[in-house]
Amino acid sequence: MKYVDEFRDPEKAQTLAKEIRGVVACIERAQRRPLQIMEVCGGHTHSIFRYGIQQLLPDAVEFVHGPGCPVCVLPMGRVDDCIALAERPEVIFTTFGDAMRVPGSRKSLLKAKADGADVRMVYSPLDALKLAHANPAREVIFFGLGFETTMPSTAMTVLQAKAEGVENFSLFCNHITIIPTIKAILDSPDLHLDGFLGPGHVSMVIGTSPYQFIARHYGKPITIAGFEPLDVLHAMWMVLKQIAEGRCEVENQYGRIVPEHGNPQALGAIQEVFELREFFEWRGLGSIDHSGVRIRDAYAQFDAERKFPVPNLRIADPKACQCGEVLKGVIKPHECKVFGTACTPEMPLGSLMVSSEGACAAYYNYGRINTSGLKRTEPTDADRKPRVVA
Amino acid sequence: MNDRAKSETLAIERGIRPRTGRVRDVSINMAHGSGGKAMRDLIEDVFIGTFDNPALAAMEDQAVFPLADLARFGDRLAFTTDTYVVDPLFFPGGDIGTLAVAGTVNDLAVSGAKPLFLSCGVVLEEGLAVDTLRRVVASMQRIALLAQVCIVTGDTKVVERGAADKLFINTAGIGIVPSGTSISARNARPGDAVIVNGYLGDHGTAILIARNQLALESDVASDCQPLAGLVAVMLAACPDIHCLRDATRGGLATVLNEFAQSSDVAIRIQEPALPLREEVKGACEILGLDPLYLANEGKLVAVVPAHAADAVLAAMRAHPAGNHSAIIGEVTEEPAGVVVLHTGFGGQRIVDMLVGEQLPRIC
Repeated sequence: MKYVDEFRDPEKAQTLAKEIRGVVACIERAQRRPLQIMEVCGGHTHSIFRYGIQQLLPDAVEFVHGPGCPVCVLPMGRVDDCIALAERPEVIFTTFGDAMRVPGSRKSLLKAKADGADVRMVYSPLDALKLAHANPAREVIFFGLGFETTMPSTAMTVLQAKAEGVENFSLFCNHITIIPTIKAILDSPDLHLDGFLGPGHVSMVIGTSPYQFIARHYGKPITIAGFEPLDVLHAMWMVLKQIAEGRCEVENQYGRIVPEHGNPQALGAIQEVFELREFFEWRGLGSIDHSGVRIRDAYAQFDAERKFPVPNLRIADPKACQCGEVLKGVIKPHECKVFGTACTPEMPLGSLMVSSEGACAAYYNYGRINTSGLKRTEPTDADRKPRVVA
Repeated sequence: MNDRAKSETLAIERGIRPRTGRVRDVSINMAHGSGGKAMRDLIEDVFIGTFDNPALAAMEDQAVFPLADLARFGDRLAFTTDTYVVDPLFFPGGDIGTLAVAGTVNDLAVSGAKPLFLSCGVVLEEGLAVDTLRRVVASMQRIALLAQVCIVTGDTKVVERGAADKLFINTAGIGIVPSGTSISARNARPGDAVIVNGYLGDHGTAILIARNQLALESDVASDCQPLAGLVAVMLAACPDIHCLRDATRGGLATVLNEFAQSSDVAIRIQEPALPLREEVKGACEILGLDPLYLANEGKLVAVVPAHAADAVLAAMRAHPAGNHSAIIGEVTEEPAGVVVLHTGFGGQRIVDMLVGEQLPRIC
């Protein structure tokens, strides 16, 4: 495939892998313990597993799979809210495909659909708006989720709905922002990261400048990376080179897509429609200040949370889940107590097992060869039972 | 003489009274399933007139065949059934009728059997256009002729609007397995070669695009085709084929996992060797889908002893249903029960069974 195959060239990969080995050999602390580089974005996690990139790296370099899968970090309480909305008889509930399987405390959207709720998969929020036009007697709700990558298209849809005077469309907003999240991870005491691969798609919208604090205040190098396997390897080489040379900078490997100041139109639409929430609950990470957005008052008529009652309960993660420690890179997915036993893609306990971008699902699907000794046990009720905490 | 007149003449020659039933309605209504005259008219006009064979024209409750006739082909009976509910009914490269015949023929063929007879049960939703039904039934007969099978018995039910989606078809099939042929998912051995008969994922991609929700356009057509002829030339090239299965729902990945688990071996496939059309790769890139899991309707996966691999491949490539056949990998001992993909990039990964439906990724 033209313009894609060029970024998957095995010979260039071998050359880069050799260069990386050379750089790592010059890093003194890599000889004592493996360097931990976090890829923030779920898209990178997917590429790393799909192409087997870890196997091209020396043992002294490890990927830590970060919190950048928006489906994975969605807390159970929010899924329950989705289901409450979807089960209203007048509602057509529209969602991206991979959010359908995320478990709530009672069920997933897929189960709600089987039980009779009108849940439909769409590929864009504009498809949801089209459905609203086509079904004037129904209420169409779009399940907005994702980082700054998907936020602009949701914002543009709300703007279009307003311009067209659509009254039966609303948004259940679960959009989250990347910067406070990285900050929360960096502030976590049990963390030993050596550097970051920065998210490519998010940066296409927000640019490279918002990451400066990572280099300046936390002294960690970061390289914004593309999603093709050569992109990931190249960015890894760049961040390791920074470590070897004692530099801490924001570098941009994905220059063909990511401009320094981002996309002004996209940022403008986000600014117009959304404002920061004081805090937002994350699965595995708890509440993070200013990490989510909500719809501004001027667009309140499109806010599903204001238009319809939602339970809005905080549901604690199942007790056995160690999603938070996996998200922060403190343990590897297969080191979790319930990995591959009580928690599998068939019966996910934690959401990292749900989406193909989730670190645990990726480990389970693509990486089990080296994580032998798995035995299947049934989860106990105590493992599974969600608890309402607030 | 048109086909209809020809079949009536044939029927008269065989001593069967000519059928005069005609459907005058434009669309199906409940009367067409009532057991009365309207139903007989529908069956005679649409089904018997098209499928055109004496066993069906006899209008008995069953088709009867002498065992001696069957025993010429082999010493065991193969029997299978499948139900077809595809949406949309028509798509580039085929329709529900071509699927209903090719699918069941292929399920028989991959046992090594010669497919002979099919049944055809239909569930019709009230309001279905009779012309739609005629088109589908004509497709069924076209594929049946191609696969050299007869549709010898059938059933028609009509349900109220909303109780079914337009048209569902069930076909069951009978074939005869030649003596000596022993194909099973349990037979893969280390060293064996893994072969597919052409481009993967065409059907799944054609259906996705035909549903028209993606605002994508492409020329990809379903690969729907009967495979009995191809299997016959493969068996002629190597009577000792170890495993054979058609890769329908769940795609190549699912069949390979079934082989690996049933035979307790590892299957290692090479990503660059997989026959994939550029359009299919492109659609998968855009939607975040994996072509290894996309459905096919005219593709089979064979595991053959290494010494016979080149001969089988050559025979397959010489057959119209196998022009783009390729050896995609091999069987090894470890890790048993697992399918490993060697990426073009130099890494490797496990190709597992899907948990549920493949869902497009968010970003």
